[in-house]
Amino acid sequence: MARDVLLALEGISKTYPGVKANDDVTFSIGAGEVHALLGENGAGKSTLVKMIYGLVRPDDGRMTLRSAAYAPAKPSEARAAGVAMVFQHFSLFDALNVAENVALGMDNPPPMRELAGRIREVSEGYGLPLDPSRLVGDLSAGERQRVEIIRCLLQDPKLLIMDEPTSVLTPQEVAILFGTLRQLAAEGTSILYISHKLEEIRALCDAATILRRGKVVGTCTPAEKSARELAEMMVGMTLKSPEREAAEPGPVALKVMGLSLASPSAFGTSLKNIGFEVRQGEVLGIGGVAGNGQDELMLALSGEMRAPRDAVQIHGRGIGDTGPNERRKGGLCTAPEERLGHAAAPDMSLTENALLSAGVRRVLTRKGFIDWPKTRAYAEAVVSTFDVRTPGVGTAARALSGGNLQKFVLGREIMQEPEVIIVNQPTWGVDAAAAAFIRQALLDRASKGAAVVVISQDIDEIMEIADRFAALNEGRLSAPVPTKGLTIDRIGLMLGGAHGMHEAEGPAHVHS
Amino acid sequence: MDFGSINPVILIASLMVAAVPIMLAAVGELVVEKSGVLNLGVEGMMVMGAICGFITAVETGSPFLGFLGGAAGGAGLSLVFALLTQVFLANQVATGLALTLFGLGLSALMGQGYNGIKPPLTPDVPFGPLAQIPALGPILFAHDWVVYFSVAVIAVTWWVLKATRLGLIIRAVGESHDAAHALGYKVNRIRLGCITFGGAMAGMGGAYVSLVRVPQWVDGITAGAGWIALAIVVFASWRPWRVLIGAYLFGGITVLQLNLQAAGSAIPVEYLSMSPYLITIIVLVIMSSGKGRAALNAPAVLGQNFHAAR
Amino acid sequence: MFILEKRPTPSRFWLYATPVVAVLLTMIAGGLLFALLGTNPFAVIKTIFWDPIFGEFAFYLRGQLLVKAGPLILIAIGLSLGFRAGIWNIGAEGQYIMGAIVGAGVGLAVYPTESRLIYPVMVIAGALGGWAWAMIPAILKTKFNTNEILVSLMLVYVAQTILAKASTGFLRNPEGAGFPGSRNFSSYKAASNPEFFAGSGLHWGGIAALVAAGLAYVLLQRHIVGFQIKLTGQAPRAAKFHGVSPNRLVMLCMGLSGALAGLAGLFEVTGPAGQISIDFNVGYGFTAIIVAFLGRLNPIGIVLAGFLMALTYVGGEMAATNMGLPAAAIQVFQGMLLFFLLGVDVLTNYRIRLLFRGTR
Repeated sequence: MARDVLLALEGISKTYPGVKANDDVTFSIGAGEVHALLGENGAGKSTLVKMIYGLVRPDDGRMTLRSAAYAPAKPSEARAAGVAMVFQHFSLFDALNVAENVALGMDNPPPMRELAGRIREVSEGYGLPLDPSRLVGDLSAGERQRVEIIRCLLQDPKLLIMDEPTSVLTPQEVAILFGTLRQLAAEGTSILYISHKLEEIRALCDAATILRRGKVVGTCTPAEKSARELAEMMVGMTLKSPEREAAEPGPVALKVMGLSLASPSAFGTSLKNIGFEVRQGEVLGIGGVAGNGQDELMLALSGEMRAPRDAVQIHGRGIGDTGPNERRKGGLCTAPEERLGHAAAPDMSLTENALLSAGVRRVLTRKGFIDWPKTRAYAEAVVSTFDVRTPGVGTAARALSGGNLQKFVLGREIMQEPEVIIVNQPTWGVDAAAAAFIRQALLDRASKGAAVVVISQDIDEIMEIADRFAALNEGRLSAPVPTKGLTIDRIGLMLGGAHGMHEAEGPAHVHS
Repeated sequence: MDFGSINPVILIASLMVAAVPIMLAAVGELVVEKSGVLNLGVEGMMVMGAICGFITAVETGSPFLGFLGGAAGGAGLSLVFALLTQVFLANQVATGLALTLFGLGLSALMGQGYNGIKPPLTPDVPFGPLAQIPALGPILFAHDWVVYFSVAVIAVTWWVLKATRLGLIIRAVGESHDAAHALGYKVNRIRLGCITFGGAMAGMGGAYVSLVRVPQWVDGITAGAGWIALAIVVFASWRPWRVLIGAYLFGGITVLQLNLQAAGSAIPVEYLSMSPYLITIIVLVIMSSGKGRAALNAPAVLGQNFHAAR
Repeated sequence: MFILEKRPTPSRFWLYATPVVAVLLTMIAGGLLFALLGTNPFAVIKTIFWDPIFGEFAFYLRGQLLVKAGPLILIAIGLSLGFRAGIWNIGAEGQYIMGAIVGAGVGLAVYPTESRLIYPVMVIAGALGGWAWAMIPAILKTKFNTNEILVSLMLVYVAQTILAKASTGFLRNPEGAGFPGSRNFSSYKAASNPEFFAGSGLHWGGIAALVAAGLAYVLLQRHIVGFQIKLTGQAPRAAKFHGVSPNRLVMLCMGLSGALAGLAGLFEVTGPAGQISIDFNVGYGFTAIIVAFLGRLNPIGIVLAGFLMALTYVGGEMAATNMGLPAAAIQVFQGMLLFFLLGVDVLTNYRIRLLFRGTR
């Protein structure tokens, strides 16, 4: 299938202090082609697309767009050339409405009223309805993504870059998005699709370029390869699936009932009558699309938000009205999603970060005075047991890579030998090897008799390690069901189907 | 005590004059804060504007040039703030405080030899017979041009922030500098512009104190007006027209307590003169305790510095 | 052109070097200013930085250094704890005044009783006065989420009005022939805070400053509360995860800084100032902010910075009397010092890379 080449990259390189983000990258995207850029976290995908979008300039190499030299100095030049981008994060403004958000991403937006009309028109034309006057902060994750997509489509792009678009979507929403993307490709728009989700790439993309440590390690037609082959090209080695010894679950260790709490943030989701039980040795996976109350649930369980005493119980003892340290004393340890700034203080050393949550259970203080040698020894133990790559425990947390810091954070909690451990997004943004390591460590903790709760937006992760699955949807938690034999369609329905897509649920748009 | 000596028409007319310095400074700071920057140096910029305006007016004989000089003085000092916070990423709170301490010192230094001089008079705008209308005349048509200018600045600021692309970009930068950067906006340059505008407005407000309100030069002439302007921005929950209301309210309190002092009120003078500060505190408490959607007007990244990492 | 590159780990070298660089840059810029004012910059700088320690009148001026440094250090130590936690008490001047008024008021109330207990009670009253004044913004912040910067600052103006009322009204010396100002404590032994040795400049305030610095050092280095203060300032969400109650920390930091400022006011008014007068305060509460930053919010650094700042006061006065340097020039000089410090501070966390033409 010969297509005209739209965008060609030749020998693109970019070096940051200490990291070669891209090394001699060469590939091309055909007109009307859906082209996958596949790679692990840290493989250099983001840097590469930022160069195509004009946010970063390459150190070396050249790009051509429709055979003409292409070197955008800023995003507006890229947009003028017909390149548009849907970001994974950080490009929407919560306190502004949809139309204003769209206008900000355009170089010559029409007057607001006209723009609102075009937003309605285009969004319905592609099966992604949107109300231009709503505040973006009030939208679901899927709707927020639609704002970004519409922003791009209004400018008639020749190339649409999509960075990890499905990480915030339910399976039904993914199906709708794929319908839109196929429609766009059929109209002649090229799509550069960045992802590490192999099945999606196999289902959607015409061609794939695989990056590893900044270099192109292969190109292929994804439909002709198995997911396993793709994974091995991406990771460069064979990965072991995590395993555990089968064991009968013990008595109930963590019990949550009737937990209702208002969100502390203006655009947050309130928790509504949440209840579940986790037994010793059991892993409960809580799935859900971002923004459905995960952060609030985590705060309520860790003790950062207080609830009525009996709403949270450990071994039958109410701890809902206590703070984090009381709960740690009672045997409950937690690891929040955001590593830098929440689970760890970026500018503090690993030793100080060890004290951050382990002070109580590891008795690192005496009458309020800190035992620094003991704290340092604990940090060193975490570093060596969890294989954290760092020059030493005096290093600031921000100097560690995402995977290494996550191993440190998880290790810090697990080595306190908690009876209940709750983690939120334990492998988000972490490379495959570290993710496998972390999942194994959680399973090991469960086999030693701990009750484990994994809150995750990655359904594959939950299916891999959890015994039971519950879905968090608009602040409500479904009744947990065993993961064995659970189908993707069933999970999708539990996650709330297609959020805010009610108008679009006509038969013409559902491809699943 | 004689309340009868307090004429409501004159009271309203004079509160409009009393409100000008804080109104200008507050609307400038509002724009700065909308772009996500917290400049606590308003007091320093005002006092610099007061002395620069005073010197310019005395030396040139033109009060109009005096106000320009005041704006330039305030803007000049704000550029120091911009350099430190936008280029060298210094802490905004500390830099703002430094600006105030430095401005108070520098203005005192520059003002040596200007004590006891009268500046040239800023005349009222001649509205002719309109000024003779009973009640409305003295309130609406008997002021110098800066009084009208300050209201115009409020109106223009409101319109720019609400209805123009520039305003949208300023709000976006203050809402999420990361997102704005990802879309290709030059966050620090936009903030630099807002900081300079804020400095110019504060400087003009300061010049109004030394050229019209007092009118002469004494060290530390602004006496906390800059801090009240900061409080008014909170009071106004970042809405321009509410700045006008807030400034008139505080102007009213200031004028009223002076009138009460003159009228020989039973309330001791000291308590009257601390009343603007106490009322500021009370208003802050009332405005801050309201939670929920009203808080959305507060720029989300207020006070945080931006560094484009990669 | 240049760009800033974030360092993976803060530079320890620059952490200590920035204050020195800032002082040198301030000397250069200040020298230019002094030259502009028509004085000999080298002579002025020597008068400010050299003469008070080694010059002809050093025997007297060294004592003066201690007199000025004591309150600056005492207040700055308190402020630094709050600043570290992101709690901005900038109304220390007001707390200083209120401490002085309350403490002095207690002493004057029992005049002319002579008892050894009087002074300790006054010290406690002074600390309580400052503490109570600081608790106003603290409580408003924790209960109503009110901005502590604005409230604590507004309260400075209120305190100044109360001070005016005190010196002309309720604390005025009944035997003072109608002049404003309270009785002079130097003639009321039980309530005064004299120098331990004449001319040494050392009084209880200096002792309190050094003790406060020592305790603050231990608190920050060894105690979990110090850890919580640092953690809250650097990563507020991580502090909540750790288990810090933000409200309790606000109360603690504001209360401590208020109490220390109140103490400083009491020691000053019963010692060097001698009486409550309308202008006994000379802005120590504001200058202490500079001292706190110049000392890198570190207790040892603050002690050094306090002496440096005292040097600019004492030397500045010398330069004013001997060489006709305007007093305001010293204030500008102090302001510049803070600017340069904030500016060069960037080097601790960032690396500067120059971009030359032709370099990509």
